[in-house]
Amino acid sequence: MALPAEKIEAFEPRITAFVCNWCTYTGADLAGTSRLQMDPNVRIIRLPCTGRIDPLFVIKAFERGADGVIVSGCHPADCHYTSGNYHARRRFAVFNEILGFLGVEPERLTFSWVSASEGQKWREVVNDATARARRLGPFDAFRALAGRSA
Amino acid sequence: MARIGVFVCHCGENIGRTVDCARVAEELGKLPGVAHAIDYKYMCSDPGQALIKQAIAEKKLTGVVVAACSPHMHEKTFRRACGSAGLNPFLCEMANVREHCSWIHEDRDAATDKAVDLARFIVEKVKRNVPLETIRIPVTKRALVIGGGIAGIQAALDLADGGAEVILVEKEPSIGGHMSQLSETFPTLDCSQCILTPRMVEVYQHPNIKLMAYSEVAEVGGYIGNFDVKIRQKARYVDAANCNGCGACQKACIVRKVPSEFDEKLGKRTAIYVPFPQAVPNIPVIDRASCAYFKAKAKGVKKDACGKCKEACSKGAIDYEQADTFVTEKVGAIVVATGYTLYSIGKDQPEGLRGYGEYGYGTIPDVIDGLQFERLASASGPTAGKILRPSDGKEPKRIVFLQCVGSRDPAKGIEYCSKICCMYVAKHTMLYRHKVHDGQATVFYMDIRANGKGYDEFVRRAIEEDGARYVRGRVSRMYRDGETIKVQGFDTLSGEPVVIDADMVVLATAIRPQPGIEQLAQKLSASYDAHGFFNEAHPKLRPVETNTAGVYLAGACQAPRDIPDSVAMASAAAAKILGLFSKAELEREPTVAKVDAALCAGCFHCERVCPYGAITRIEVRDRKGNLVKIVAEVNPGVCQGCGTCQATCPSKSVELQGFTDEQIWSEINALLA
Amino acid sequence: MKVGYYPGCSLHGTSREFDESLRAVAEVLGVELAEIDDWSCCGATSAHATNHLLSVALPARNLALAESQGHAEVLAPCAACYNRLAGARHEIATDAALAARMPELIGRPFANTVAVRNVVEVLHGLLPTIRVRAGQPLAGIKVACYYGCLLVRPAEVCSFDDAEDPVTMEEVVSATGATPVAWDMRLECCGGALSVSRTRSVVRLGRAILNDARAAGADAIVVACPMCHSNLDFRQSAMVRRGEAAMPVLFLSELVGLAFGVAPDRLGLRRHFTSARSLLDRVQPPAAAREVR
Repeated sequence: MALPAEKIEAFEPRITAFVCNWCTYTGADLAGTSRLQMDPNVRIIRLPCTGRIDPLFVIKAFERGADGVIVSGCHPADCHYTSGNYHARRRFAVFNEILGFLGVEPERLTFSWVSASEGQKWREVVNDATARARRLGPFDAFRALAGRSA
Repeated sequence: MARIGVFVCHCGENIGRTVDCARVAEELGKLPGVAHAIDYKYMCSDPGQALIKQAIAEKKLTGVVVAACSPHMHEKTFRRACGSAGLNPFLCEMANVREHCSWIHEDRDAATDKAVDLARFIVEKVKRNVPLETIRIPVTKRALVIGGGIAGIQAALDLADGGAEVILVEKEPSIGGHMSQLSETFPTLDCSQCILTPRMVEVYQHPNIKLMAYSEVAEVGGYIGNFDVKIRQKARYVDAANCNGCGACQKACIVRKVPSEFDEKLGKRTAIYVPFPQAVPNIPVIDRASCAYFKAKAKGVKKDACGKCKEACSKGAIDYEQADTFVTEKVGAIVVATGYTLYSIGKDQPEGLRGYGEYGYGTIPDVIDGLQFERLASASGPTAGKILRPSDGKEPKRIVFLQCVGSRDPAKGIEYCSKICCMYVAKHTMLYRHKVHDGQATVFYMDIRANGKGYDEFVRRAIEEDGARYVRGRVSRMYRDGETIKVQGFDTLSGEPVVIDADMVVLATAIRPQPGIEQLAQKLSASYDAHGFFNEAHPKLRPVETNTAGVYLAGACQAPRDIPDSVAMASAAAAKILGLFSKAELEREPTVAKVDAALCAGCFHCERVCPYGAITRIEVRDRKGNLVKIVAEVNPGVCQGCGTCQATCPSKSVELQGFTDEQIWSEINALLA
Repeated sequence: MKVGYYPGCSLHGTSREFDESLRAVAEVLGVELAEIDDWSCCGATSAHATNHLLSVALPARNLALAESQGHAEVLAPCAACYNRLAGARHEIATDAALAARMPELIGRPFANTVAVRNVVEVLHGLLPTIRVRAGQPLAGIKVACYYGCLLVRPAEVCSFDDAEDPVTMEEVVSATGATPVAWDMRLECCGGALSVSRTRSVVRLGRAILNDARAAGADAIVVACPMCHSNLDFRQSAMVRRGEAAMPVLFLSELVGLAFGVAPDRLGLRRHFTSARSLLDRVQPPAAAREVR
């Protein structure tokens, strides 16, 4: 369900990004070094590799107030650890299917490849994910549930 | 109860301008478990570090969070500072409020809120950090050099002279690379082979160098200090131990018209051959695809297969039954020096590139590339150094040289400058004039980039002393008119279309990485750019390292390079490796996985996903020695710390130190303030 | 097979033989040419030299008409029309802002769904039929295929063939039983619209093309562009010097028609300024004696 225009203006989505240390984190560093201005809604959590990212992290982030989640790592074949990103890709291909079942609109989860040299692309990923979450409005289904059980 | 110290850095104006650092410190100070929170102009400065050390001692801190730049910049600095103050370095972490916050936002309130969040996550994480001990691993003091061109030769010699053992792998039958094909070199016009062959011989004779020509790297395992490299030695069909290099086999060979790779297809060779007379090693190779014996065998002919080389060999060194062999070598560091190849203008192009239909897709015989001209000009070449047209062997009186063919042309798929062409074209015009005194060289160029020592003077010499005519502009089309090639272009300085008659056209085609480089890069876990050139670890500060520790770069595998640059890179890589080898042991970050044997159910999903084979199986026995279960164990020397095992483990019994589930969960839990 | 037909001004005027021969060939091939009702100028030359927006809107109007008349593809035989129509289609497809303005500019709905084809492309798609229908009348005749500039360039618009080394016209010629020759000036400039304003340039350029075709042993030049035809045919008397043989210049559809045994008059061959007699004399059996019906 989309928000009316004036509410979209006021709503600042909270977005959590799980990124790998070697490609996307470094790419985000490059975006900084290049002074690429972007939406301030994303909070990065650094992990060594996308292979380390447990899908439960994503669910937990939604439960703890995220309106959108980004998972980003090295391009296929460029993984610092050779194949961690392939495991992540498979894991999230399956996880995407489950997300709807859990009551999360699949567009709230962004999966992308951003290399260490793609500061510009990181900015696009950040701004796109923010715009999408803004359009979808706050995600509070999980929090509502948590509140009821508490 | 944790006692965390938070240190917020202004980085001069870099953070302070958009982030209210005082407010960050103030808000963080209110968090439970934070015993100390301050902001300071430059945390990385000596006084800044002193503040941290002082607080650790006075406030008895159990953890430190520095909210400053990227951990990729200063994590080491602050961890070392903590270590010197008696706090385990791994209890210190950084929140990135510069690259990920102050530099990319303008709204001060929003940026400050974000900085508070980022620091808060790290505080929650550090509360769960535990002291870790640095892992020490032994170093194998041997280096592998991949590629035996001038870069590989230089790296091997510098390493070997520095006392390291070197394995030099070259895929061609001889080392020497493209430099051995060149006639003269810019900007001094000294003979390429004259300066190169002594170095080739030195490689061959050096006691510390093991030369493996006609070999390729098949697999690479391990990590810095401890690589295991599997090398495929291709079958030469000649027993290197018995061959004395007399050359009788080549005289006897009946297949005499194979286009020579060394002569860029302008000359011929036999089926059993050494690429050129000064080849190192001077041991022939049988080219199976053109050999009469192997062709007959493939057709199923039993008798009367050729065998002339075998008859001619007095040493009995010819061995048609020889097969590829594999050897595994242990090395501590690897230099990649695989060099370049030239763009071909033909129709068949790798993905993303377009050929030159306007130049006939390479169908006009007297249109050649720069390396072919080198062979024509070379005394050891197919014409013995006479400049003659490939089509009819006549001496060309008018040669047109085109620069930037493929390079600097996004429409053809390559936007970069190939760097060496301006110089070698100037050299070609000089060599041409020195050999054909009444010959006229015309050069079409976009810009002249002669930015090395003595380079611009060299180009001026070509123009002023050797009469090369430089036309600024591009060539739109070439076509034949009888024996003449019409070169139709545009002179952008006079604004006129021009048609220049030529007897021969030389294209300075773009420098591209060697084919198959992606596969090699993947074996090495090294990254490469969109064109297939290897990526250096940092474009300014770490130009000869890759992002994979222990793998170094030299020469044109990283970007188009001329000889002086390649040699400089090779020596730099060798110096880096000798520095590495000067230590007895390497220190490695202890961010490795660890199995809780009590929880492990022994499903070994981790074993299947581990990219390094770091998981082994161990038996758990009770006191009486009965087998209880078989569980996984991580070899900390092999584990690189990706954490894929942990995300895969169904029972969560393997944990990546420094990134444990508890630590990540606490970061996520901190999302809601 | 039914295809929208956009003849453009040339095929109603100076190049009527292109229209006539095309209709005759289409009949043999079973292709119905449905002329777009109320078609207007494609915007070639004048519009795209003066107003870029107009040069896109004019072709868009014609494509919108074709769309509303139920055509999935439009045949534009004139190379200039083809280039304008296909160019506008490409530009609108890649520029969302431009696409959004179109309906208002041309005063009708437009979804940019119609594919634009040229004669070479359409005939190339019918190669098997041409091979079956062509007899042996053109055996031994050597033809130089001349593409000119507008048919294959720019590459991103005219993607039916390689922009620098096209082969489709040669393949159509081979299917007719004639022999295409290898020559170098296939893509050179014929002088285009400068025929009147800079006649000397056109004569110089055209002479180079004729000479190269002759040197390659061609009996005729085949074109698929009214402008190329006009320059090489109408201006040929000024290009050829005393003692040099004239070179017949045919539209591709005319050559295909000859292969099908269509009478030269029905193909408009008598409308040429440079006589095609030298070629017709070599058609076996003499085409004048036969008529397909």
